[in-house]
Amino acid sequence: MTIEEIKNLVQGEVICGEEYLDHPINSVFASDLMSDVLTLKDINNLLLLTGLSNLQSIRTCEMSDIQYMLIVRGKEVTEEMKELAEDNDMVIIRTKFSMYKTSGILYNAGLPAVY
Amino acid sequence: MNFVYHVEGGDFTNAGSTSSQVKRMLKKIGVSPEIVKKTVVALYEAEVNIVAHAYRGDITVDLEEDHIKIVLDDEGPGIPDIDKAMQKGYSTASQKVREMGFGAGMGLPNIKNNSDSLNITSEVGKGTTIEMINYFQ
Repeated sequence: MTIEEIKNLVQGEVICGEEYLDHPINSVFASDLMSDVLTLKDINNLLLLTGLSNLQSIRTCEMSDIQYMLIVRGKEVTEEMKELAEDNDMVIIRTKFSMYKTSGILYNAGLPAVY
Repeated sequence: MNFVYHVEGGDFTNAGSTSSQVKRMLKKIGVSPEIVKKTVVALYEAEVNIVAHAYRGDITVDLEEDHIKIVLDDEGPGIPDIDKAMQKGYSTASQKVREMGFGAGMGLPNIKNNSDSLNITSEVGKGTTIEMINYFQ
């Protein structure tokens, strides 16, 4: 499934990375705990689903080589976060849906958990 | 080659900027993506630890042909019981640190998992020194 299809499923908006919307996503990890994200080994075409919208969640993606991020509950993305994400060729999608609802929609659509 | 970076305690805006620079440097010299990742994940956790717990610190990166040695030397409260701090789930982090997505007692174990060699020394009331080495092959 492409990141664009995911965006449509969760009625999301693209914050940055418009040019990578045709990239495929193979699995999802949902967490607000960045230390947990930093333990992930298999991050190829992984989407991070999180309610934590701050500079450290972007930094965590940078260090973990995670390119795709879906922010739930319509949390604000600052200019600083956007710039850092763009520097790292990231795609950020934002949805108004909750973490549980978003997870349910994506799981139902066939996207597996990372483990 | 030696590089020294300064980190201020409590400066969450810049937490991770040293790790980011080291990542770019390792990628540039052609270190494999797996080794770059484990090195910067360990360094990032350790850098966040300085911001979260110490007053200030210096990060010295020694880049050699076959390995990278990183020393994080901070002025801070120190760690009274390193064995306890290494236990998964043990944390003394503030609410502010937890709001940043850290402070679940996973940092030090994660640093250990991502470094080939790790040495931690600490003196209560003075500070903590972490030395980590990762080999490129």
